[in-house]
Amino acid sequence: MKFTAENTAVAEEIIDRYPVRRSALIPLLHLAQEQNGHLTEEAMEHIAELVGVTAAQVLGTASFYEMFKREPVGDYLVNVCTNISCLLRGGEELLEHLEHRLGIKAGSTTPDGKFTLEDVECIAACTEAPCLQVNYRYFHRVTSEAVDELVDDLRAGKRAHDVPRHGTLSRVRQQIPEDRRAGVAPPDRNVEPPWLSRNETESAEAPS
Amino acid sequence: MSDATTTTEREIPPIVSSRWDLPDGFTLERYLDTGGYDGLRKALTMTPAHVAEEVKAASLLGRGGAGFPAGVKWGFCPPGVFPRYLVVNGDESEPGTYKDRILMERDPHQLIEGMLIACYAIGVSQAFLYVRGEMALAQERLAQALNEAYAAGYVGKGILDSDFSVDIVLHWGAGAYIVGEETALIESLEGERGLPRLKPPYFPAAKGLYMQPTVVNNVETLSNLPWIALHGGAAFADMGAESSRGTRLFAVSGHVRNPGVFEVEFGTTTFRDLLYGEQYGDGILDGNRLKAFIPGGASAPWFFEEHLDLPLEAGAVGAAGSMLGSGAVVVMDETTDAVKAAWRVVRFFARESCGKCTPCREGTSWLEKILRRMLDGHGRPADVNKLLDICDNISPAITWPPRQTTICPLGPSVVSPIASAVVRFRDEFFAYCGGETEITVPIGGKAYIAAPPTVGAAP
Repeated sequence: MKFTAENTAVAEEIIDRYPVRRSALIPLLHLAQEQNGHLTEEAMEHIAELVGVTAAQVLGTASFYEMFKREPVGDYLVNVCTNISCLLRGGEELLEHLEHRLGIKAGSTTPDGKFTLEDVECIAACTEAPCLQVNYRYFHRVTSEAVDELVDDLRAGKRAHDVPRHGTLSRVRQQIPEDRRAGVAPPDRNVEPPWLSRNETESAEAPS
Repeated sequence: MSDATTTTEREIPPIVSSRWDLPDGFTLERYLDTGGYDGLRKALTMTPAHVAEEVKAASLLGRGGAGFPAGVKWGFCPPGVFPRYLVVNGDESEPGTYKDRILMERDPHQLIEGMLIACYAIGVSQAFLYVRGEMALAQERLAQALNEAYAAGYVGKGILDSDFSVDIVLHWGAGAYIVGEETALIESLEGERGLPRLKPPYFPAAKGLYMQPTVVNNVETLSNLPWIALHGGAAFADMGAESSRGTRLFAVSGHVRNPGVFEVEFGTTTFRDLLYGEQYGDGILDGNRLKAFIPGGASAPWFFEEHLDLPLEAGAVGAAGSMLGSGAVVVMDETTDAVKAAWRVVRFFARESCGKCTPCREGTSWLEKILRRMLDGHGRPADVNKLLDICDNISPAITWPPRQTTICPLGPSVVSPIASAVVRFRDEFFAYCGGETEITVPIGGKAYIAAPPTVGAAP
């Protein structure tokens, strides 16, 4: 699916922030995933048009990064960390518990399309081990009882406040008001920023 | 400057973590209430060169992992070449490391202010804030903080009604450890796969983003700048010891009673303080004995009981054969299976290898497979020496700092957990294999061969 008209406007605004359009590629892939839940070929083709590269180049970038899903995933992507700090505090057992509870192996999706379970690398909550993320929202020091309750809540749609749908990362978008923009200079225009001239004129009055 | 008598009893102000306990420390209002943007105001009364001098005088070491002095890094920008860019490395992914995320979530304005001070000093009019993709809350907090700061005149055109203007663009990663390597980060920011660039050029400060001069700094590094601008580089350098000045964040995880992220005086606090001190790790879980600890992230050679009294000081830790790296201290007690622990760290590197260099792409996955088959009960007699032989191929002589056969340090990093665990806990490894009982591959790294294996627990 292509970007909606509204998201095309958001995409243009994002592209506009970079001196080179291609730099917006990863943010736009996130936007597409936010809109569609995963990356469709059509979305990647649309992004290629927007940033001025080929669809193959977009696929080349997208396929490198773990977070970009080129197949549909469950409503809830459950990422259990089993890296060293979590391993030492029960991360592996937590993953096994979830495999039993959801009836699937890590790397797969429940038949009802609700949950995708992943065995992931360090998610930077090491002092809160064992930890997991659901759609990239953190749950700390997770016990098997707590994770059972979490699964029940998610199934019942009770956690919409802290867990948005898969693909939604930041629920706040950066806004740069037109009259506050410093302005993007192209990389090939060699102009010294004005305040650097203070180095010549004001060096005598530098405070202690 | 501090002398050798400096102790942890001295009153050290929190520099980067002062707002962590405030429930609304991430809002502009609270930030301004607590001295926020005063460092920027002060910096704007100084010349850019003077600000850079203060940062140099602070001897602020980069807090990302490599520990390169920030002021010196800035100085590598060739004169007269513009635009220059600042790229913030917020792609924190080193196992055990957990500090940049807290800084971004709980005190986003401090980071933004630090970026502004750096941009002013270096002469940057566009900065990119690259945040790890999986950190959704950090992205939300930073987006909110940037929106507030733009509206209030702290970011953008004519900052605080001066001639200083800079745009800060919030950018997201998408899940790839290797993007923490600064040239891979730049590739990613250009919309490419995150593969490290061939060196030379060695420093992005010479040729970086769009082949322009680019300074890449870590989140914690920049978060120190508001304090340094306000209090001066000398006051910062007055804390700490030797080559490690100021304070530093350490994340203590694993088998300790009180895991947490602690800001301590850099260079004077010891590992023993950090693991056993009541206000820090508070001792080993369940009263168990310490088996080993990783002093600076998954890439660092492991330390043992005899290293506990080393200060958290870059030079001392380096001389003992390891590194403070990203400030991640992972503690393993006597119940830990050394083979299992080594396997898990190795699996990380095998999964995160970008695939560009053969020794890393092939080597890391061979190592992972051999360790896995050992754990599964299919160890072969020659496996232990085979592991070390592969390590020797990835990083010749298995020494420290590691020699490189690859473009970036990811490949050689896989050697650390294996050499550390195999030498110290050789009986555990041999027990999984049956057959050979001698290590025949020469090993050079000092931490690997520090002492005879005495602390090993039965597998």
